[in-house]
Order: sequence, then C-alpha cells, then structure tokens
Amino acid sequence: MKNINRIQLATSGASSLSRRRFVTGLAAGSTLLGLGLTPRLLFANPQNLLGPQTLRGQQFDLSIAYKQVNFTGKDRLATAVNDSLPAPTLRWREGDRVTLRVTNHLAHDSSLHWHGMILPAGMDGVPGLSFAGIKPGESFEYQFDVKQSGTYWYHSHSGFQEQTGLYGAIVIDPKEPEPFSYDRDYVVMLSDWSDEDPETIFAKLKKMSGYYNYRERTVGDLWQDIKAKGVQQTWAERVMWNRMRMSDTDLSDVTGATYTYLMNGVTPDDNWQAVFKRGEKVRLRFINGAAMTIFDVRIPGLKMTVVASDGQHIEPVTVDEFRMGVAETYDVIVEPSDNSAYTLFAQSIDRTGYARGTLTPDAGWQAEVPEMDAPPLLGHNEMGMGNMQDMDHDMSGMSGKMQGMDHSMHNMNGMMSGMDHDMSGMSGKMQGMDHSAHSMNGGKTGKAGYGSKQEIKHVASEFGPHVDMRASSPKNGLTDPGIGLRNNGRHVLTYADVRNLYRTADPREPEREIELHLTGNMSRYMWSINGIKFADAEPLHLRYGERVRITLVNDTMMTHPIHLHGMWGEMETGDPDHIPRKHTIIVQPGSKISYLVTADAIGRWAYHCHLLYHMPGMFREVLVS
Amino acid sequence: MKRTNKKLLAPLALASTVFFCLSSTGLHAGAVDDPLLSKVMLDELEVRDSDGDNPLVWDAQAWLGKDLEKLWIKAEGERAGGVTEEAELQALYSKAVATYWDVQLGVRHDFQPTPNRSWAVVGFQGLAPYFFEVDTALFVGESGRTALRLKAEYELLFTQRLIMTPEIEVNFYGQNDADTGVGSGLSDVELGLRLRYEIRREFAPYIGVNWLKKYGNSADFARSAGQSIDDTQFVVGLRVWF
Repeated sequence: MKNINRIQLATSGASSLSRRRFVTGLAAGSTLLGLGLTPRLLFANPQNLLGPQTLRGQQFDLSIAYKQVNFTGKDRLATAVNDSLPAPTLRWREGDRVTLRVTNHLAHDSSLHWHGMILPAGMDGVPGLSFAGIKPGESFEYQFDVKQSGTYWYHSHSGFQEQTGLYGAIVIDPKEPEPFSYDRDYVVMLSDWSDEDPETIFAKLKKMSGYYNYRERTVGDLWQDIKAKGVQQTWAERVMWNRMRMSDTDLSDVTGATYTYLMNGVTPDDNWQAVFKRGEKVRLRFINGAAMTIFDVRIPGLKMTVVASDGQHIEPVTVDEFRMGVAETYDVIVEPSDNSAYTLFAQSIDRTGYARGTLTPDAGWQAEVPEMDAPPLLGHNEMGMGNMQDMDHDMSGMSGKMQGMDHSMHNMNGMMSGMDHDMSGMSGKMQGMDHSAHSMNGGKTGKAGYGSKQEIKHVASEFGPHVDMRASSPKNGLTDPGIGLRNNGRHVLTYADVRNLYRTADPREPEREIELHLTGNMSRYMWSINGIKFADAEPLHLRYGERVRITLVNDTMMTHPIHLHGMWGEMETGDPDHIPRKHTIIVQPGSKISYLVTADAIGRWAYHCHLLYHMPGMFREVLVS
Repeated sequence: MKRTNKKLLAPLALASTVFFCLSSTGLHAGAVDDPLLSKVMLDELEVRDSDGDNPLVWDAQAWLGKDLEKLWIKAEGERAGGVTEEAELQALYSKAVATYWDVQLGVRHDFQPTPNRSWAVVGFQGLAPYFFEVDTALFVGESGRTALRLKAEYELLFTQRLIMTPEIEVNFYGQNDADTGVGSGLSDVELGLRLRYEIRREFAPYIGVNWLKKYGNSADFARSAGQSIDDTQFVVGLRVWF
C-alpha cells in the first residue's frame, strides 16, 4: 500500500515525490538496490565528470565505436566517438578548411552530420541524401570550409544512434572579435539517456503510445477536480479530451520513466561542474543534444543574457529562463557577483526529470537544486481550435476552403511556370488541392519579417486513419513562452524576443509561400508532414536562388523542433531588418510559425522534426536546383 | 475439418503476402519509420471460482504488421477438469480505416464445443469517444448461421498502476443451434470487473468478478441440459503483453 500511495502522490502533481521517479544517476540506483555504499566504490565510473575533451585544429580523426557506460547502476553499450560520450568537442576557426576522417567501428552503418553548418550537400552526412553512409569498418573523409562561427553540434544521422550517445559539440571561433566579452567559456550539452535500446522504445511507443506516461488522469484527479470546480466545469473541461481520445498529460512521448538526463554526459547525481572566479563573466554554450527531450533552462539566482541562438548573434536579451527544442543552441553570458555556487537546472518539458550541474567558485560547493515545476496540462490552447465548436466541423470547413482554393487559382500568374506540380487534375477538386494548396498564393504573401498572411488550408492527404487532429485556427506562437512556462513568475525568452544583431542579409520579399502541416496519429504513433510520411513523399522543390516563406502549422498536441539542413531558416519575429537565423525552430502545439529561406545551396537536403522517434516519418527531402 | 483448414490458410497466405510485399522501399535517412512489429496480448488468463472444477479461461490477441495493416489473431476458450470446453480462434486481416478504428476481415473456427463450427468474420475494433475500447464482429457460418458479438471495455485509473476495467460482452445468434447450445436472438450477456496492478506495463496480476447470464432459447437449452443459466464467479488472473 505504501508503494501505491507513493505513486498516487507522484501522479497527482506533488513534485517533491515525482522528482524521485526518474533515475538521477548511480547513487539513486544503489539506493534502490538497498546498498549504503558510496556508488563509486561499487561501480567503476567510466564517465569523465568534467565532460568531453576538446579537439582543435584542421585535421580530425574520429572513430565511432561501442563504449561501455553505466549511468544508472547497469552496464550498457553506448555508441561513442573516440571513446567519449558526448563525443569530443570540436573547436574550429572561421575561415579554416577542416578535414574529418570518420571511421565506423560499429556493426551497423553510421554517419556524422554537422548540425547547423553551411556546407556542400555532399558533406552534410545524411545517408541516402548526402552520401551512402559509412559502412561498418569503413571510413569517410569530410572536408569543407568553415564559413561561420558560434556554437553548433554534430551527431549521427543513422538509425537511432543519437539516443545511444553519438553527439558532440562544435565551437567555432570567429575571425572578427565578438560584440561581447567573457572570461570563461563552457559548453553545456544536454541529453537524455535510456538503458533501453532505442528500437525497443520505438516499438513500445507503436504498441502503446502512452507507455512512458505515468501521469494519466486518475479517479482521484477527477474527484479533486469535481471538488474544486464542480461537476459542470469539470465535465466541460474534459469532454473534449474524451471525445478526441487524447491525453492532456501527453507532453513527452518518452519521459523520466526511462530517461536519465545528462549535462555534458554527467548525471544529476554526479553533478557536472564549471568553475569561475567571482566577478568573472562566464559564457555558457547550451546545446540540446537530446533524442526526445525539450528542456527548460535556468540558473536560480542568476540572470542570463542570451547573446546567440543557433550559433548566430542576436541582440542581447536578459532572461531568467529559456526553452530549448531538441537541436537548438543558445549562448548566454552570466556574471555571478556572489562568491557562491549556482545550479544549472534544465527540467524536461513534462517535468519528469532534469539535467543538473553546478557553476561554482569552489569545486567542493553545491547549490540547492530547485523543485521541478508542477507538470503542465495541455489545454484547448494546444489544440489550435480557436473555439471548441470547431471540432465537429472539419468536413464542412473543407468545402469552405475549397472555395478559397478557387479564388487563389484565379490569382495565379507567371509563377505557375516555376512549379513542378501536376496541374492537370486541378479543377477545384480535392485531388488537385492535395498537390497545389501548399505552394500557391495569389500575391497575398505577407511582407518579409512579419510572417504569413494566408489563411491556412488542410489538404486532402491530412484526412485519414494516420492523422488525429487538424488545427482549424492555429495561434501565433511567437510571443508565447510555451506550455508550462506561461506566467510562472520568471522572465522567459520567447521567439518574439529574438532579433538578429545584424541587418537581414537578403532583404527580398518572399516570392511564394509553402505551407506545411505537421501531422500525426499519437495513438498509432505515426508522424508525417501534410499527412504524408517520408517514405511516400515527393521532394519539396526550391528553385536555386529563390526567396521563399515556409509556414509550419502544427496539427498535433506535441511541440516539434523542425530542422532544415543546409540553409538558414530566417524566423519572422516582426522586425524585417533584423530577422534572426535559425537551423531549428520550435513549432508549438496547435500553432503556426513562418520563416524565410534563401535557397542558396544546391543539392538534396534533409528537413525534419528533430524528435528522434518522430523523424523517420515527419521528414522531407528538400531539393534545391 | 479439412475444409476449415483451407479456409484458415487462404487469408493467412493472403495476409502474409500483403505484409511482405508492403515492406517499404522508401528512403531512410535515419531509422525505419514503419517497421514490421508484433504484439502478443494475453488480456485475460484467469481461474474462475466455481462449484465444480475451477475453470481456466483465456482471452488473447496477437498481431503482426505495420502501422495501418496487420494480421490479427484472436483466441478465447475455457478449460475445466482437464477438458477443453470452449476454444475458438480467429485469423483476421486488420486495416485502419479511421483514426481510431480498424476493420477486420477473416475467419473464425470453434474447436470446442463439438460439432465445431466455422465462420466468416467482419469486425470493427478500436477506441470509441470517451475511451471505450470496442471490439465487435459479425459472424456468418455454414447453413445460414449468423452471430453478432459486441464487446466493450473501459479503464479507470485509481493510480498509474492500479487500474479497474469494467467490461461487457453480448452475443446474439441468427438461428438455433441445439448441438452447441445456442439459441436465436439474444443469447448471453457477460459483465466483468477486474482490478489489476501493473508491476510493469506488460505484466499485471488481477482479481475480479465475472457475471454471466443466458437468455431466450440459449437459456432453455442450458436448462434442459441441467446447467444453470446464470453464474457469478470470482476470478484471479494475469494480464500480460509483449
């Protein structure tokens, strides 16, 4: 009974106990085993508590191989580079030509992708698009000019190898001095580790999508709600979820039930440390190298000045907290004025666990680790329905939108020639819509920097057993810090705060707009774009040199970080003169967001959700020619 | 029996052809999106408390397939005193037709009671609004026999691991079949209430109570065979999947 009580408390949002539900490292593991000994006496700890080593220069030999690790008390095989997890930090210089000889010692194909790097398509490291991958026992030599500076990262693009440790940081020193100063420089790479094989995790999600969600609503929760709000209000709140057959506690597909969250490869218990001297300015290069975890980062007691996002300088903005989608990077500068330790705290979006480290003037000190926030619940906000009435009118809405289609067809002009879609079927019928709706606009495209003005359309391929939701009136997520961060009493970064430090490089207006819907069926655990999975999708064609707007509409209840390879996504945050450049952009549930792309990189590029288990389906090839 | 085997084999062959032809030839720039997976679900494996020999009852499903198309096997039966009293097996091709619904087509064979019966199956399985799990099927057998089965189940979470499932099963038949003891019209209603504890997601022992009552001609057949027409039994069992 004691056990049951514990679980019940944990699930009803009492965070003090739920905090203990995820394994925070070896110490927790040994406690579970009932052993009172110091964990390091029990287990050989192969992890370097200082984080990975840094490799510098222009020539790099990187060896991908298995490595035995032990994060939870159990020995497991990870995939590592040069026997390091995370992989070694690569320190390059802007303007250098780097050569990376990568040898694969795994039993499976592997690859390394240089995330956020502007480079020739053949060097991008995506098997099937850039090259054939690296076969077991073989090597591949990557070589390219480093044309940018800042904080980036690299990871495998084969199988689910990112989940098992194949990720590392890239730090590129700029040619010109940076517009800010600092005394210390640390990479803070966040990630998630599971003792389970990633293929097993994926299979479990396909068999039972809520497998890792131990926060489903209980009878007790219902009773609490009824007591607090009355039957009528409780019913009103829950009826939609019941009709939609979705869970309002489904924030992460994979949770602290299986994950141990790492900071530079170190568990919360082992506590990665960064040392500073009082009065120093410390630059922290945060990288979200997780497979599936969106992190909310803060340092209690310190303001953080964000100076770069995805490696690109932004107008400095001082915040208490920021959210990191998987694959995003943020550089912040902190200036601790006290001679005391501070906790680097990165809680997962679903509040089932955290990564933690310490910024301290003395290696022996630790600061208090804060309680995690109460786990948020998805609301009608996340459905993008505008109002609740819309749910049952999907089909009637379609006919209205088909009429809208006819109008835009009248407005089509010379742009037709640039489109590679089959026009023959287009007589205002649904079939035609499928191919056309996302790439046509009659000159109604909004001005550059301000985002889309178009009414969104759901194409025919979005309807069927593979899709469970369509946002009928998606909100604009720019000023929204995101679920679980709203009105939390802290100043949280939003995308609206992010402005490029420099002037927009390509001031052209977009010639056309491509609307893509992020779609899925959570219950069947299927993910797609416009309802079409990668295996069935035609490449998205961009004409070389064109300026185009991509509007992403999130027709799911999940937060998706979307990554475009090879070209910057210039996020339209409201200032056309200072459009920030991103490689990975969060699309909030039931929301839409727009960005501009200059198609200046010829070749085949990957474009996908960076949540590892969404990626196989929610993926497009972008072909620039 | 020979006829039946052929009937069983035909859809199996068809289904396996479908699966192995469907294996995607698409591009993978990472992991495989829609792998061939299997799931075995022993929903109920229980001993029922009864006056005579306590019967062992099972209700299991298994599938092999991909996101939208699966080969689906269903088995249920009852064994008491070393004798299998009821045993049926369905082999179905299951295709997703809506977000939460699959249509299932195939065959069912009743190995017990004898004489054994074979049926063609048209089923509909999925998740109804308000999270009711529904499994319903129409059966068409030899000599114009028809049957309709409706099953529904709900999960009530007391905690994340302590879960109560009320369930109902109702069977209708199109005509009398005195040999197997079923009568036309509403034949029987079964209500169950099981409380399981998920030690792991995949492994949960449970206790519960099961109530069954026969109606109409089925009740008459039972009475004339000297059997009771209703029964309330306590059950203890295991729910396992992998």
